[in-house]
Amino acid sequence: MKAIVNVALKQGVLDDQGKATHHALDTLGFKEVVKDVRIGKQIIIELNSSDEALAKEEVIKMCEKLLANTVIEDYDIEIVG
Amino acid sequence: MKVSVLQFPGTNCEYDTQYAFEQLGADVEIVWHKEKNIPSDTDLLVIPGGFSYGDYLRSGAIARFANIMDSVQEYAANGGKILGICNGFQILLEAGLLPGAMKRNDSLHFISKFHNLKVIDNNNTFLSLLKKDELINIPVAHHDGNYFIDVKGLAELEANNQILLKYCDDNGTTENLNGSVSNIAGICNKERNIFGLMPHPERAMEELLGGNDGVRMLKGFLQ
Repeated sequence: MKAIVNVALKQGVLDDQGKATHHALDTLGFKEVVKDVRIGKQIIIELNSSDEALAKEEVIKMCEKLLANTVIEDYDIEIVG
Repeated sequence: MKVSVLQFPGTNCEYDTQYAFEQLGADVEIVWHKEKNIPSDTDLLVIPGGFSYGDYLRSGAIARFANIMDSVQEYAANGGKILGICNGFQILLEAGLLPGAMKRNDSLHFISKFHNLKVIDNNNTFLSLLKKDELINIPVAHHDGNYFIDVKGLAELEANNQILLKYCDDNGTTENLNGSVSNIAGICNKERNIFGLMPHPERAMEELLGGNDGVRMLKGFLQ
């Protein structure tokens, strides 16, 4: 089983990397199709457990303690296969 | 006066910090992150600049769990004085010893140059030798110096006079350097024993090397 953790800046916290990338996409001719760009990071954790609920609980703890800085970042967790 | 300077893998300002405090007459000991305790005779603990753990995940996020950090938390809770410079400031934020968080500079560039700072508060050990509204010029060198705090947190900083330094131009008008909320360059905690700033006073100790405004800043701790 794997946990896929996506961490990104909260809505309301200015995402300068997203903004710069949005601007670059505009310049490349995608202005009409691109509405917003936000940049985050993905952390993939291979798990020993096969209990999905328990695994998710543990990964939430990991996010709160280390993987995300909850002052500025949100996270979401997906447990797969 | 005994100054203990923490050293993590990737720290690179520990010897500059040692030089600076030795010039001022302090005894300086560099303390490796694997140690369990900071020296018991420590009068000031400095967390110096650099790129601890390669800035992996987030600047300061991994250093905050180093062996030595339990002892640092205990020292802080007992009122011990701590100064975090640059990466040291980022570590103090990640450790929850100072409020707020650091983001990538709004220009997305690494900024390395001498820059003006305005003294916002001098009613603290660190900046007691400087005047309020005085301008100083010392180096900044960072990629993640874009200080963020929410509206409520900023109001608290202001109400408790915890904002120590702001980036400014030659006329003393505060200006945006890196996107920081309210142009903040340095803060302290409510109890006024923990200090953090992005610029580097320890790199401004010699007129010959570009300026010595750092002397009067760090000297505040030796009184």
